[in-house]
Amino acid sequence: MIADLVVLLLVVSGTVMTLISTIGILRLPDVYTKAHAATKSSTLGILTILLGAFLYFIFRHQIVSIRLLLGIAFVFLTAPVAGHLIIRSAHRRGEPLADISVGDALGELKTRMTDPSREMEEGAEKAERANREQSEQT
Amino acid sequence: MFAAVFETVLLACLFLLTLSIGASLYLMFKRTTTIPERVLLIDSFSYIIIGLIAILSILTDTDAYVELILLIGILAFLGTIALSRFMERGVIIERERDDR
Repeated sequence: MIADLVVLLLVVSGTVMTLISTIGILRLPDVYTKAHAATKSSTLGILTILLGAFLYFIFRHQIVSIRLLLGIAFVFLTAPVAGHLIIRSAHRRGEPLADISVGDALGELKTRMTDPSREMEEGAEKAERANREQSEQT
Repeated sequence: MFAAVFETVLLACLFLLTLSIGASLYLMFKRTTTIPERVLLIDSFSYIIIGLIAILSILTDTDAYVELILLIGILAFLGTIALSRFMERGVIIERERDDR
């Protein structure tokens, strides 16, 4: 009875977390923000559902299912890596950020790494602009 | 009495997970969805299906479906790797690497 209650609690909480992650995928504006919803909370939800099934087989049948344990470990290892891969290749592909995003540190770093002259040009432009503003003031 | 409640709650969980698959499918066929978002959706489909199989194996009271969890997990991971590499460069297996 109590074991069944624990199993139910784990399964229901996992389902609710997966549902929340789906709502996040539907609502968020961007690939990068959608990946937050899709990888983190979905992984946690699936992990709790699998843990519930594992405990159910232990309590009901006295089976310690090694395959289920292996599945838990595998999902726990691969789901964040897969999300990271998708986002990495999306950023390399030049996928645009949402309008409300504040900064793109990786993109700035990449332009600076591949094209060091651009930084110099930017610096020169900035100095020129400052000069012009000063001359306008005077 | 408790067994009936147990089954009903598990069926409700199955329904909710199916609902989240349906919502993701809606987004999949929407026209404004970009390609990386679709790859992300395929990835999340497979994890939701893993959860569905786990709940189904509790409901039917056998551990015969447990191998499917491992199988779908491995297939989803490999498929995500292949899709993201294809999305990035247009090829999956590179023969000549350039130093980047």
